[in-house]
Amino acid sequence: MSVLVYTENWDGTFKKLSYELVSYAKHVATLTGGGVTALSIGTVDRDELSNLGKYGASLVLSADGAPSGLDNQVYTSIIAAAMEKCGAKVLVMAHNNAGKALAPRLSVRLKAGLAAGVTAVPESVSPVVVNKKVFSGKAFGKVEIKTEKAILTLSQNSFEVSETGGIATVEAFNPGVDLTAGTTIKDVQKQGGKLLLTDAEIVVSGGRGMKSPDNWAPIEELADLLGGATACSRPVSDEGWRPHHEHTGQTGKIIAPNLYLAFGISGAIQHLAGVSSSKCIVAVNTDKDAPIFEAADYGIVGDALKVLPQLISEIRAAKAQ
Amino acid sequence: MRILVCISNVPDTTTKVKFSNGNTSFDDSGVQWIINPWDELALTRAMELKEDTSNTVSNVTVVTVGPVTAEPTLRKALAIGADDAIRVDAVSSDAFFVASQLAAVAAGGDFGVILCGIESSDYNGSAVGGMISEIMGIPSVSAVSGLSFEGDTAAITRDIDGGKEEVSVPAPFVAIVQKGIAKEPRIAAMRGIMMARKKPLQVVTAVDAETFTSYRAFAMPEPKAPCKMVDADNVKELVNLLQNEAKVL
Repeated sequence: MSVLVYTENWDGTFKKLSYELVSYAKHVATLTGGGVTALSIGTVDRDELSNLGKYGASLVLSADGAPSGLDNQVYTSIIAAAMEKCGAKVLVMAHNNAGKALAPRLSVRLKAGLAAGVTAVPESVSPVVVNKKVFSGKAFGKVEIKTEKAILTLSQNSFEVSETGGIATVEAFNPGVDLTAGTTIKDVQKQGGKLLLTDAEIVVSGGRGMKSPDNWAPIEELADLLGGATACSRPVSDEGWRPHHEHTGQTGKIIAPNLYLAFGISGAIQHLAGVSSSKCIVAVNTDKDAPIFEAADYGIVGDALKVLPQLISEIRAAKAQ
Repeated sequence: MRILVCISNVPDTTTKVKFSNGNTSFDDSGVQWIINPWDELALTRAMELKEDTSNTVSNVTVVTVGPVTAEPTLRKALAIGADDAIRVDAVSSDAFFVASQLAAVAAGGDFGVILCGIESSDYNGSAVGGMISEIMGIPSVSAVSGLSFEGDTAAITRDIDGGKEEVSVPAPFVAIVQKGIAKEPRIAAMRGIMMARKKPLQVVTAVDAETFTSYRAFAMPEPKAPCKMVDADNVKELVNLLQNEAKVL
């Protein structure tokens, strides 16, 4: 049984998330005993497409005649057509904005049970049984998918990219579906140039302990120094100190970087729900009893505003060696 | 225009999660129930739209799928300002089952907009809103952080990875909302709570629907190692640990 993976593109290119997805699909396909077909929608360079073979795709279907703007109904039809064409029983997608928009529609269209936000390969495939986080990361649940087909959406930064070598065959794919969109995209505003919080492997985050929006320069400096992104706690975004897209936590962004550095964040349970999947958490807070230290791997009890400049200079010194 | 807000009745987000029956079901003893935080934002936006008379929103209905114990949560939504409430009398066990119930209610009510939160804070399925739209065969827009109307057409802001898009969509449609859609959630005032007691709460029987998924078991995460504390005067040691022990720098 083959596995279909939907690889979204960003202005015609793939990113680490795409390779995580194909690597994950390859592992699932090993269990189901089939190959991996990747589906790309919109215009993507041929080399970029065949490069997906490196991560385990044997075939890439390129629906390059389809509109690049996301319309949930049109994209659902295209992906459903690709499922039918390759006879796949499992569909793998990202648990990101596009995946969350499309996977539920596809679940209904394909009569395929959906396990959303999985972080590991299924423990069995007939039926598909897979672990996922529930209660915003407070527990794990073992989901059984009772339908013949299954959809798995993978949490970002939760699965290692693995290169298996090989070049994928790229095939033009005409889905033969109605491309009339129900929604019209009027305008697109891109966040210029900055590393996306959800893509970042290192995240530097500030909370109310930073005392004022004017104190954010060292947070940004440290993020730049480490090649990371900046984030903040909910009170900070609610106060308007930082933009909403930086808010990490239960109702904000859920992230899983390799390193999360929290400055002046006490670690309310709702904040931890957004960051607890980080591989390593460092906390700096004046309150030794702050709950962030229960979630952290390394901690300093101290004033974030005093620790930050020292940390920047020590990291500079260590990097210079 | 009539708005339907779909509400999930969830444990308070500060609940200490426990399981019972050999870790096969959520132990709800002593649990405080609340409106799912994202659904609360959806309800807040629905109220804001109704209050701005230029939108011609005539009515806001809230609906949930759940047993009678979910009714206090619906009453809370009525106290916040919803005009009427519907409870589908069934246990909400699976996203497709729940979406089928909500789609049946939506189809029977001439709603222009169906609002859902982007996920529920219990099973984090991110599924119900999109499923409703597909069952009904109407457009959906997800990750919605702004919603207003020009006649029967909605102007929507949605988040994409790395930016925002302005999207227009004609009613009826499903908007799956997230943070940013409304200002602070509203707290029901005493007058609202009194009025809510008299507002209609209709109980309907469930329609036949399959379940696609079920939970076999639950587990708590492994307890993590205690936090290694570093002295505030020894930041160099922290860098050393991050480089050589955690190997993340």
